[in-house]
Amino acid sequence: MNFPILSTIIFLPFVGALFLFLFSQKDESKSSIYISLFTSIANFLLVLFLWYSFDKNESGFQFIEEAIWINGFIKFKLGIDGISILFIVLTAFITPICIISCINSIKKRLKEFLIAILILETFIIGVFCSLDLIIFYLFFEAGLIPMFLIIGIWGGPRRVYSAYKFFLFTLLGSVLMLAAIIFIYWSVGTTDYTEIYKLKIQKEYQYLLWLAFFSSFAVKTPMWPVHTWLPDAHVEAPTAGSVILAAILLKMAGYGFLRFSLGMFPIASEYFTPLVFVLSIVAIIYTSLVALMQEDMKKLIAYSSIAHMGFVTLGIFTFNKQGIEGSMFQMLSHGLISAALFLCVGVLYDRTGSRMIKSYGGVVNYLPKFSLIFIIFVLGALGLPGTTGFIGEFLVLVGTFKKNYLAAILASTGVVLCAAYMLWMAKRVIFGELNKTISKLKDINYLEGSILLILCLLSIIFGFYPEPIMNTMDLTVNVIIDNHQNELATNLTSNK
Amino acid sequence: MENLNLILPEITLFFGICLSLMVGVFFKNSFQITMKLSILILLGVIYLILTSWSGDKQIFLDSFINDKFSNYFKVLILISSIFVFFSSNQFIKDKKLFKFEYPIIIMFSVLGMFFMLSANDLILFYLGLELQSLALYVLAAIDRDNTISSEAGIKYFVLSALSSGLLLYGCSLLYGFTGTTNFNEISNNLNSENIGAIFAMVFILVGLAFKVSAVPFHMWTPDVYQGAPTSITNFFAVVPKATGLAVIIRFMDIPFKNILHEWQTILIFIAIASMILGSVAAIGQKNIKRLLAYSSISHMGYALAGVATGTYSGYTSTVIYITIYVIMNLGAFACLYLMKVDGTYTEKIDDLSGLSKQKPLLAFSFLILFFSLAGIPPLGGFFAKFFVFMAVIESELYALAVIGLLTTVISAFYYLKVIKIIYFDDVRVSFDDIRNVSIKTTIFLSCLVLSLYFISPSFINIILDGLFI
Repeated sequence: MNFPILSTIIFLPFVGALFLFLFSQKDESKSSIYISLFTSIANFLLVLFLWYSFDKNESGFQFIEEAIWINGFIKFKLGIDGISILFIVLTAFITPICIISCINSIKKRLKEFLIAILILETFIIGVFCSLDLIIFYLFFEAGLIPMFLIIGIWGGPRRVYSAYKFFLFTLLGSVLMLAAIIFIYWSVGTTDYTEIYKLKIQKEYQYLLWLAFFSSFAVKTPMWPVHTWLPDAHVEAPTAGSVILAAILLKMAGYGFLRFSLGMFPIASEYFTPLVFVLSIVAIIYTSLVALMQEDMKKLIAYSSIAHMGFVTLGIFTFNKQGIEGSMFQMLSHGLISAALFLCVGVLYDRTGSRMIKSYGGVVNYLPKFSLIFIIFVLGALGLPGTTGFIGEFLVLVGTFKKNYLAAILASTGVVLCAAYMLWMAKRVIFGELNKTISKLKDINYLEGSILLILCLLSIIFGFYPEPIMNTMDLTVNVIIDNHQNELATNLTSNK
Repeated sequence: MENLNLILPEITLFFGICLSLMVGVFFKNSFQITMKLSILILLGVIYLILTSWSGDKQIFLDSFINDKFSNYFKVLILISSIFVFFSSNQFIKDKKLFKFEYPIIIMFSVLGMFFMLSANDLILFYLGLELQSLALYVLAAIDRDNTISSEAGIKYFVLSALSSGLLLYGCSLLYGFTGTTNFNEISNNLNSENIGAIFAMVFILVGLAFKVSAVPFHMWTPDVYQGAPTSITNFFAVVPKATGLAVIIRFMDIPFKNILHEWQTILIFIAIASMILGSVAAIGQKNIKRLLAYSSISHMGYALAGVATGTYSGYTSTVIYITIYVIMNLGAFACLYLMKVDGTYTEKIDDLSGLSKQKPLLAFSFLILFFSLAGIPPLGGFFAKFFVFMAVIESELYALAVIGLLTTVISAFYYLKVIKIIYFDDVRVSFDDIRNVSIKTTIFLSCLVLSLYFISPSFINIILDGLFI
């Protein structure tokens, strides 16, 4: 038996949180920052080691851990492949950034906030590692509790409404998934993902089960028309909360589509592709138009997140290599760029207490370093070649062209609209007429500058050299597509 | 000569009660002494049950059964009674309710429950039920100078007597149409063409549904919960519910086994109605005891959903559900004993506002308990619901499963409301410091079990292994 590295990665933040909970000193805020930072960075290093020792030439799951969990029913099974490792890296990378970002922005009850963030990290990594549907559901749902508290305690004025909306929307979507998981258990005889993959789910059940899973993932993605919780949650959440929400939590749904909807219900996925395409394209165009009219920067970025996730779902359901790899890349790049954009807004918000576009103007005159970085991220978000955003969107569009011309053309307009609202916001905030209040502001400090710079460098490096990421997921994506094609072929022959 | 060892726990309990009664009468200020004595007696009975059991056996012309099922529930109600005594001590002192009869009456009702659980005969069952109910009537009105408490007692007495009457009528019909009072023989003589017996089944089910406060026989619950002193409500919310469900399982499993299709429909309706009403009606509540009353109604709905499957895995899931329910409620009520403002106990939910800034640990316990009541993973309450829905979907009762899952979302709303008031709102009143180890131990144990349940979610299943054939 090898060292259980996945369990260690999952539960290390939890242990850190426990330590933080039991640890109380007079100088609480400083020591708790150190403890949580230490835990999360240690976890990140472990994850990097995991990525390094991950065998890219093996198609199956690696680092598998198994233990009896519920007697006779369910095994506690963990394992990773080329898709999940990337999300784990993203999660472990974003968490320390969140912790650093809250040094200045969280004014009250810092210790509790850090506990919530660390526990959330445990649950999110758990989602990406679990190979059993019940374990997956457990982690998927458990994340609601810390996120509810993060929005509700440290959020803005309408935080209670937003926290409720977030919690109840996601819970409603997920309970149907639970029913579906239990049904799968009784019809297939196991909830072990790798077993289900081999045993296959009967064709006539797939449609309803797909819809049940879809209800959960669509809320989480979020897809139009169940996206309305996201702007509220983003606007009211504190900066670190928004970063986690945009960068990681939304990716759980994309991951879910890729792993569970495609993997377990290939026939239903093919059958419902038009539905997903229509909803994604509506999301891309509609939310871009809505974003154009936003006066609150956070809300604008929230709507742009919905549009970007529209590209992700579009790409996943093309079932070809370009589309799926594009979506994967888009998710990772969105994880970096939207996190950075929220951090940028947080930087402004900490200084002036306003997120409204109209209270800024001419920021470039007094905060030149900040403005440079902000513009880079704006360009990254609209998919400028040379940033990660470009590769993702480009691949998704190529994949969509293969599948459906009309969808691709409509989705392309989203790219243009994205440029419109992003650049217009940049123009009004960074350039434009000088607002008097701006002149009192200080440029970004050492800490803020360093985390933004890291994000900036990463999004440019991977924008020019995406090979490490592509390389990692290549084989797994091939397996997913092959499996999908085989399933459809056998289905076709059995129909004849 | 019958083997009296099989009813040794009951005999011990009975003589223990008599002993405490004597102690109570002949000593002055004997409340503390009887309380401690009763806890000792209950512990002793647990020991007897755990050591004396040796396989399923029936005595007294098969009217008394000593099996794993009844023993599991006996231990469960004994442990929960001990925790009720343990945590309510301070409350009783402050409320000046220290009548020595309090622990004695509770033990009488426990004795009644023992006979209900072990009954394999209609007559013995009814005697046990009456002993239990009579003790409960007295308990509901124990704060006799308080109008609300007396009203609650009268209300409970009138409605409960009515339901006992219906139940007795059902028993007599059953005897008339099957010609026997023994459960096993009833089971043999019963089939779905026996219309009279089906009527009897409906009457008995109504009586039992009243005892576990399932909709539409739930009307007494909020009033009695609110009116009775918290220590009594604590007992009411936990022990009679567990017994009632156990008895329902026993009835459905043995006498009514052959008319599954007849009672299944009724139970599905009762379960769905309880889940919906319990979660919708709780939304507007301002009193935390009323809120817990409605929450227990909806919990009974989930527990009955497990029974409604009519399968052994369903019954097992109900037993697990009720066990976790007991743990959650013991913790939640223990938290109520700490809600004291300026020397008086408060029940208003609004008074909890901003608790997290004042008493972070109590607030955190509320957080764990209420998220667990709402059934959010990874807490214990989730696994309770999980096993029930596992069984329900196995029996292909999809409508019941989907409605049940959707009502968990509705009920999440009001549990979240309490969390919201505790964590998001500002401080309004400041709570007194209560330094009482026993209350805090109860809360701590309950939270510990609920939050660590996910490590080995099948440990109750292992205990229950072989419970139903």
